[in-house]
Amino acid sequence: MATTTPAAPATDVPARGPARRRLRQGRAEARAGWAFLLPFGVMFTLVFLVPIVIALRASLFKSVASGGGLYGGGELVESFVGLGNYVDVLTNERFWAGMGRVVLYAAFQIPVMIMLALAIALLLDSLLVRRVGALRLSVFLPYAIPGVVAAMVWLYLYSPEISPFVKLAASLGFDLNFMGSTAILASMANMTTWTYTGYNMLIFLAALQAIPHDIYSAARIDGASSWQIVRHIKVPLVRGASLLAVLLSIIGTVQLFNEPTIMATANSWMGADYTPMMMAYNTMMGESSPSGDGPASAISIVMAIFSGLLAVVYTLLQRKADR
Amino acid sequence: MTTTLATPAPRRTIAQLLAPTTGDEPPRSLAPRRRARIITVVVLTVTLLYFLFPIFWVIIASSKSNADLIASNSLWFADIQYAQNYEKLISWTQGHFWRWVANSVLYSGAAGVIGTLISVSAGYSLAKFRYRGRGLATGVIMAGLLMPVALLTIPLYVVFNGIELTNTIWAIIIPSCVSPFGVFLGRIYAQTSVPTELMEAARLDGASELRIFATIVLRLLAPAMVTIFLFIFVATWNNFLLPLMMISSPELKPVTLGLYGMMSYFAPQKGAVMMGALLGVLPVIVLFLGLQRYWQAGLAAGAVKS
Repeated sequence: MATTTPAAPATDVPARGPARRRLRQGRAEARAGWAFLLPFGVMFTLVFLVPIVIALRASLFKSVASGGGLYGGGELVESFVGLGNYVDVLTNERFWAGMGRVVLYAAFQIPVMIMLALAIALLLDSLLVRRVGALRLSVFLPYAIPGVVAAMVWLYLYSPEISPFVKLAASLGFDLNFMGSTAILASMANMTTWTYTGYNMLIFLAALQAIPHDIYSAARIDGASSWQIVRHIKVPLVRGASLLAVLLSIIGTVQLFNEPTIMATANSWMGADYTPMMMAYNTMMGESSPSGDGPASAISIVMAIFSGLLAVVYTLLQRKADR
Repeated sequence: MTTTLATPAPRRTIAQLLAPTTGDEPPRSLAPRRRARIITVVVLTVTLLYFLFPIFWVIIASSKSNADLIASNSLWFADIQYAQNYEKLISWTQGHFWRWVANSVLYSGAAGVIGTLISVSAGYSLAKFRYRGRGLATGVIMAGLLMPVALLTIPLYVVFNGIELTNTIWAIIIPSCVSPFGVFLGRIYAQTSVPTELMEAARLDGASELRIFATIVLRLLAPAMVTIFLFIFVATWNNFLLPLMMISSPELKPVTLGLYGMMSYFAPQKGAVMMGALLGVLPVIVLFLGLQRYWQAGLAAGAVKS
């Protein structure tokens, strides 16, 4: 990088016209700008752009082992199948079943989490609460715990023989089951909510604290109640922050992987394709058929397009609602 | 020269962001009523129970044998077996446990340092230099911010397999370094806290661009760098899919992958697993508590700007 640092041109240029000087300066600026962008640019290309191109290409091919094992002895023959992998994905019932679960999951988990985060942020921002620092930290603490580890802890908290909740319910005469085929989605949603509410709460809190306090005083003088201030000033002013929070949540949910993977260690009926991301992983690793780079890439691309569509639709809906 | 330059704008921004929490008494007319206060206390107590109970329970559970987990009161200590569970944790992980924690520290630390430097440099470039292609570069990187990263992991595996870097530390460190969010933050901070006049003055003094960056800009952006470092560090520590795909040797596993393997492939002592969970998150929690105000500041920049 050190080689691309031009000396400052401005000082020693005699008066040869400001236009030429500006041109030279512009070139030097462009060179320096590119030089500072370069290290990230190279890494970004390697980690984001190249994989996208490779995935696009790979999705048009399918590897077929000519003999022996898939990754072992036999030679892999790559054959061009056009959009065949996409057709396989789009006509695969298990893919759509997984997609359905993810959409259902997003449809109730995201609103619950965002509302909870907003409510806590509003409480912490109100004058009702004293120890804001400690509370904020407690709510945010789960975010420091890796999703997989959090999922392991909750899995044990759900496990019938050791769960304090199941025991408590049993002593009250209920039969609580967190792992049933319908309850399990809610059980996983709870894991995600527990981990990410604090993160979203902080986004809201930051947005709330950016609102000048004069507005509240003015509203008070005009006779507004606390509730009216929340309803008509605070909530509308954090909409921008909520858009960001919801978009990141949608993108996160489409890739749902950690929670179901951990859950599947105790519930083998969930299989290798409970969510599309699990399906993509297991397709790549050859534990689900059809397997290999091609089909796995096709699943990834379909999911990326799908999450992009969801994000665009949500943004448009919110814009429309704001008008 | 630089000591006086190092103090201004960004630190004050953080101080301002944190200011509302440090007790300025509200005017009388804004002070809330008593009933509202009681409801608030109840709601917050329930909230705190929800967020802190699992952590409390892990501390309890990691002190128990399997038999006690089933039989004893699950909300309090029984026969305390921390030492036995620790021994089991070490033997079940075949002595690799602390190696895994050290690996996590290495991967997260290296990715954090490299990632922060390249993010700040790129953010500075996008904020303070004019050149053709800048708009496009900004757009592409910001699109990367909304890219579902897990989906990239599959083709990334293909790429790293192709250059024979899978099952090496680089397969974790290189992808983890690249943080569009870091560039986003670096750009915002550079826009608000690096004065163009200062850069021009330094150029007139004959300083090279690299020197300006290393001696002036990096100091001005120090608070931003701590925020970006923390984001990348925690994201790397928490990542599970990437090591799951890339790493197969036990001695290269990070702690998340190691614990998952321990839990899924054997039928281990549950108390020992919970102890592993507890010890495995301790380093990141310590780092996180020590530097938590920087998170606030970083998120504030994101929330207010967008």
